[in-house]
Amino acid sequence: MIDIAGAPAARAEIVREPVSTASFGIVEKPLSAWERVTNHGWVRKLALLVVIAVIWEIYARQLDNPLLFPTFSATVIAFVQGLFGGDLFTKAMTSLRVLLMGYAAGIACAALLTVVAITSRIGTDLLELLTSMFNPLPAIALLPLALIWFGLGTASIVFVIIHSVLWAVSLNTHSGFLAVSNTLRMVGRNYGLRGLPYVARILIPAAFPSILTGLKIGWAFAWRTLIAAELVFGVSSGSGGLGWFIYENKNQLEIPNVFAGLFTVIVIGLIVENVVFRVIEAETVRKWGLQS
Amino acid sequence: MTTSTAPLLAVRGVTLQYKTKDHLVTATYRVDFDVFRSDRFILLGPSGCGKSTLLKAVGGYMKPVEGEIRLKGEAVTRPGPDRMMVFQEFDQLLPWRTVKENVMFPLRASGRLPRRQALEKAMEYIAKVNLTAFADNYPHTLSGGMKQRVAIARGMAMEPDVLLMDEPFAALDALTRRKMQDELLALWEGTRFTVLFVTHSIPEAIKVGSRILLLSPHPGQVKAELDSLASDASPALVSALEQRIHSMLFADAIEEAPTTERVTA
Repeated sequence: MIDIAGAPAARAEIVREPVSTASFGIVEKPLSAWERVTNHGWVRKLALLVVIAVIWEIYARQLDNPLLFPTFSATVIAFVQGLFGGDLFTKAMTSLRVLLMGYAAGIACAALLTVVAITSRIGTDLLELLTSMFNPLPAIALLPLALIWFGLGTASIVFVIIHSVLWAVSLNTHSGFLAVSNTLRMVGRNYGLRGLPYVARILIPAAFPSILTGLKIGWAFAWRTLIAAELVFGVSSGSGGLGWFIYENKNQLEIPNVFAGLFTVIVIGLIVENVVFRVIEAETVRKWGLQS
Repeated sequence: MTTSTAPLLAVRGVTLQYKTKDHLVTATYRVDFDVFRSDRFILLGPSGCGKSTLLKAVGGYMKPVEGEIRLKGEAVTRPGPDRMMVFQEFDQLLPWRTVKENVMFPLRASGRLPRRQALEKAMEYIAKVNLTAFADNYPHTLSGGMKQRVAIARGMAMEPDVLLMDEPFAALDALTRRKMQDELLALWEGTRFTVLFVTHSIPEAIKVGSRILLLSPHPGQVKAELDSLASDASPALVSALEQRIHSMLFADAIEEAPTTERVTA
């Protein structure tokens, strides 16, 4: 018969001395140079970029058709020439100026809408209704209407950019506000905070991860809308932006320049995402432990 | 005897109700008690006796449907920094502010002190809870016990009329909890602040409290209001009081069983 032993009546106490750390091989060792370098996200991303550029170059050389697909080096040359010799820089600046105007105005509208939404129930209903109505509406579909209302000019483009930014940012900010923990809300009210100071000092920082997501999505939407709108009627505002630059060069079959224009959009996007938003993230949500 | 006989906090016939999705729940029924200056007043009862709801009402987050709550003679109508609250949850610190800034924040937000003095006061109370070395840390880098100490420092730095503590040590491990109880008593020895403390642990109530209000469960009604024991009381006295409180709270459960049986039979 198998007997499962119970504990013996008396067991000796066990007391041990920890072994001296001198007898360990490694207690703490600095990482190797390779490990430390590859620990940086930007190093890994840079390596990926190089790989992509190399593949592009090899494929384009094999294809050998600069009208369809110019090489990476030709694109970079066109980019540099356009930047320093041509009008690529001024075009990019024109685009960026319009973009920032629309983006800022869109964020301001979103801020207003979400504050109204968080302070009253009917405001919440309004926000939910408006976002479900207008969020699926492509900004570019509003362009013909905008042209009639605001004429051929910056105002029309700013209008469609506001439309593309507003709903994405509002939706994310509002869901961020709703996700703020009840304890933090009570803490804020305990301090006697109410109304706008309460929103500014408790809700916004607490909801910052979602707000930041909204801002990023809004930024990308704004870019798309801007370039698309400029492709339609870029030059009519006097000095066209990047979209017009691309369109114009396509008509003249300057395909490396078309690529250089697209390249500019990509480069600006990379910088904003990986420098501007990265720094904001590091200084806020990462530092606060809200996001790892 | 104190010179003034008026209590610091007077709770008179307070009935509290809240709504869930499909019920109107009465949390407490006509609760009376008085808290005097420098009391360590405990609200003790099993879960579901409305003690936390009662504390929220004192905090001004809820309006009584009947009765009134007066702090220094004035009716409590909304939350305010004269009743600082320490919550059970670890996420009560603002994650976007360092320890120092967290303690300073209510002082600044309520406009009570200018920046420099707020900083001095914050550092004074951070030193009291032994966290000076962590003053510039962000909350997510602290352990649970340290976060609760910051929350206590934050509450005390405001020098509120009454410090409201909602099971502040319940989420801590047993060793840390015991240490925190000792620290709280040491802090009290130093400043003699008034504290209203919610707990469901009888030993904690006896250890931390100077006066204990016993509430019956569902809805909370005052069962008894007892004096606690001095911290140097003999273990025999402590366990006798524990037994007494236990039987008073437990009596309900025994009474309850037959009544339900009778109903179903």
